[in-house]
Formats: sequence, C-alpha cells, structure tokens
Amino acid sequence: MIIASNVSKKFGKLKVLDNITVNCTKGECIALIGPNGCGKTTFIKSILGMVVCDSGFITFNGKNIKHDWKYREKIGYMPQIGRYPDNMTIGQVLNMMKDIRGKKNFILDEELINKFGLDEMLGKRMRTLSGGTRQKVSAALAFLFNPDVLILDEPTAGLDPVASEILKEKINTEKNKGKLILITSHILSELDDLVTQVIYMQEGKLWFHKSISDLKEDTGEEKLSRAIAKVMTQ
Amino acid sequence: MKKIIKYVIIDILRNKIVLAYTAFLLLISISIFNLEDNSAKGLLSLLNIILIIVPLVSLLFPAIYVYNSSEFLELLVSQPLKRKTIWLSLFWGLAVSMSCAFFVGAGIPILLFQATATGFMMLGAGLILSVIFVALAMLAAVIARDKAKGIGVVILLWLYFSVIFDGLILFILFQFADYPLEKMMVAATAFNPIDLSRILILLKMDVAALMGYTGAIFKDFFGTQMGLIISFLVLVIWMIIPTWLSLRKFKHKDL
Repeated sequence: MIIASNVSKKFGKLKVLDNITVNCTKGECIALIGPNGCGKTTFIKSILGMVVCDSGFITFNGKNIKHDWKYREKIGYMPQIGRYPDNMTIGQVLNMMKDIRGKKNFILDEELINKFGLDEMLGKRMRTLSGGTRQKVSAALAFLFNPDVLILDEPTAGLDPVASEILKEKINTEKNKGKLILITSHILSELDDLVTQVIYMQEGKLWFHKSISDLKEDTGEEKLSRAIAKVMTQ
Repeated sequence: MKKIIKYVIIDILRNKIVLAYTAFLLLISISIFNLEDNSAKGLLSLLNIILIIVPLVSLLFPAIYVYNSSEFLELLVSQPLKRKTIWLSLFWGLAVSMSCAFFVGAGIPILLFQATATGFMMLGAGLILSVIFVALAMLAAVIARDKAKGIGVVILLWLYFSVIFDGLILFILFQFADYPLEKMMVAATAFNPIDLSRILILLKMDVAALMGYTGAIFKDFFGTQMGLIISFLVLVIWMIIPTWLSLRKFKHKDL
C-alpha cells in the first residue's frame, strides 16, 4: 500500500533518512522502533508529504505522492505533539476538519470523541487544554474519517491509563478491519499484543523490517521489549 | 480554497489587531479632514501618513500572523489539500482583511470628503499597497525560519522602502547633479511601490506644479494614459512576483 524506495533526507549536514526502502501492505500493524532522533518522525512526515525527501520516492496505492495530495484523504495522522490554532475551540477544530474534508464523502467515526468525553468540552479553547487532552483531540481527529491508513506517532505518550486503554482497544478494532496501521512508540510492552511487523531504524538507516514472529524466533525471546533490547545491544 | 480563506478571515477578525488598525485609520482620516478647512489639503496630509502606516502594518501583521499560524499550516498540510491552495488561501485571507481595513478606515472618509479623481487614485493606491506588502511579508516569513529574524527582515524592508530608498535616490541625484538624470528617475520609481504611488497621487494634485523641472518630466510620463497603464502594471508585478516566489518556496518547505 505504501512503498518507499531509497528515500533520503538531509537537514543541513545531518542525514536524517539514509536510503530507506520499506514496503507496507494492507492489514498489517507495523511498529516503527528506534532510538530518539533516528528519523522515525521524519519518515512519517515524508509519507504525509510534510517533509519533501531529497531523493528516492514514496508511492501510495501505486501512485507517487510527490505531486499528489488527494491520497491524504485515506490517511489519519496523529502527530507526536498536536499543535492547533490557539484561538479555536475543540468544536471549531472538529467542524473545520469535517468542513475541509467534505462531510458527505465520509462515514464519520465519532467513537473516540464520545469515549474520551470530548463532546462535553467542545467549547474549550485549544490554548487552555492540557497536553493529554490535546493528544485526545489528535487521536479523535485521526480516526474521525475512517481512513484506510492510520499513522500514529507516539499515540499513548501523555495519555492517562484509562484513555490509553481506550485508544489501544480502538487501534485493535481498526486493525481487525484490515487497515494499515503505522505506529511509533517507546513503550514496547504495549505494542506487544498490537503489532504484526517491526521496522527498526537507527541513525537514519533501516536496520530490519521483520514480522514479529520472525523477530522473536531470531532472538529467542518471547517479549518484544526483550527482543529489541537484544538487537540494540548486539 | 474558499473554505480555508473563510477560516483565515474568521481567525484574523478574532485577533482584533486588524479591527484596531481600522479604527486607527478611521480616527486619523476623519480628524485630518476635519482639521483642514480645505479637504484637498486634508488629502495631502493624509497621503503622507497613509504612505507610512499602510506599508508598516501590512508588513508586520501578516508576517507575525504567518509565524503564529505555523500550527495551523502544519495541520492543514497533513490534510488532503494542495500546498498551493493552503498558501494562496492564507495570502487571500490576509490581503482581503488588510484591504478591507484600509477601505473602511481610510477609503470611506476619502469618499465622503473628497470623492474626486485624486481621492479615487489614493484609494486605489492604498488598496494595492496593502496587497503588495502582504505579499512581501509572506515572502519574508517563508524564507526566514526564525520568527525574530523574519520580523527583523520585515522591518528592514519597511525602512528600505520608506526611508533608505529615498536617501539613495537623493544621494545619486547630488553625486551626479551634472548629468541629466530625469529619465532615469522615472525608471527608478519602478523599484519602490511607495514612491510610485506617491508620485501618481501627487501628480493628480495641484501641488505637482511645485515640483519643478523633474515634476514636468514626471508629468510627461505619468500624466499620460500610457504612463498610468505602465505604472499600474508595475504595481501588479510587485504583487505577483513576491507571491509567486513565496509560493514556490512554500511548496518545498519542510514542516
């Protein structure tokens, strides 16, 4: 569904992405794992077209994303740090997004808005929200339009245990519907029962892209966190 | 595109600075017209104030606004929208609000007190200048990543157009006083939209007679139909080129 070939990106002299080639297929839940600053977020942003890669190309459903923008209709993106216009209320942000995407084209999925209790604070300004509530808004927006692909950048960071559990449940149901889910997280224990494949990156390079069973077999560990720890110390 | 322009304008209105700018312009223009017994004289005083204030506000406010809406831009870029649409909507939102502010603040008093050819010329020049400086501000904001740097550049641009440029022209005139520079001066005005609008308006007024020989040359050029069309085209180019450059830059910007 998403194919990246030889994607490279430099920020000044720093090489953030170095010849990344990945093939993500439908129905998988892929974990992007790697140390801080290894290029995970940059990679995600280049899939979304927020970062324009220097060389290589990315295709979405067989179409190069470079001069395309419509493909983003099929992506729900939850950023690491959700930043929204300060002056708008939650309700206004939600309505604006519905308006921009065109309400008629989608069956809206408002489950998260209800479960997170966002519908009771639609009048609150984005400026006054805590980090966790902002994350909830980001998550609700990512799932709102029933996208085929979900890209979640550190989804549970900053969420309380209850909200985090709700979100994980939601990710699981979406995965079972056969959607492609790309997820980055440093809390490996919570990825354990979620992901089917692992992409490991370090210093902008792709180290491996394996299914989780292969990874566990290769390292001889049962838990994802231990398996990754073994890889990192090798 | 319309939807995003709508959101940009709503956001700008909520910001209240543009409303304050409108009220300020309104206050100045009405008080100037009431101070002078001859409204044509009032127009001349208003001209000098407007040529200072309009570029300054149209540069500073849009530049700060673009920096402050970086979150909004980031949010929009991750949505199924063309970058071109996003950037042009932001431009139109800002340009429309600044021009409306000028129209309500200065345009309506001008139309009330001095609805002559000179008045209309001034109204048109003010509207065009507003758009030109919005375009320049957005260009500065997209090139400089750092907010302080971007605003600094914008202030320098304003200084250049309203003070330094005139200084340079004077310097050249004095240094090369022995040579016939009049024709060159006409060409030089094309490099400064503020000067160009000032000359266009002044030539419509009676005071043009006081400008001496250079004034006569200017009148020869700008007084004709052709001269007017050319100067209008130059002003349009001043709108299009910065917008086009900033759009090109924004299309490849990493957010």
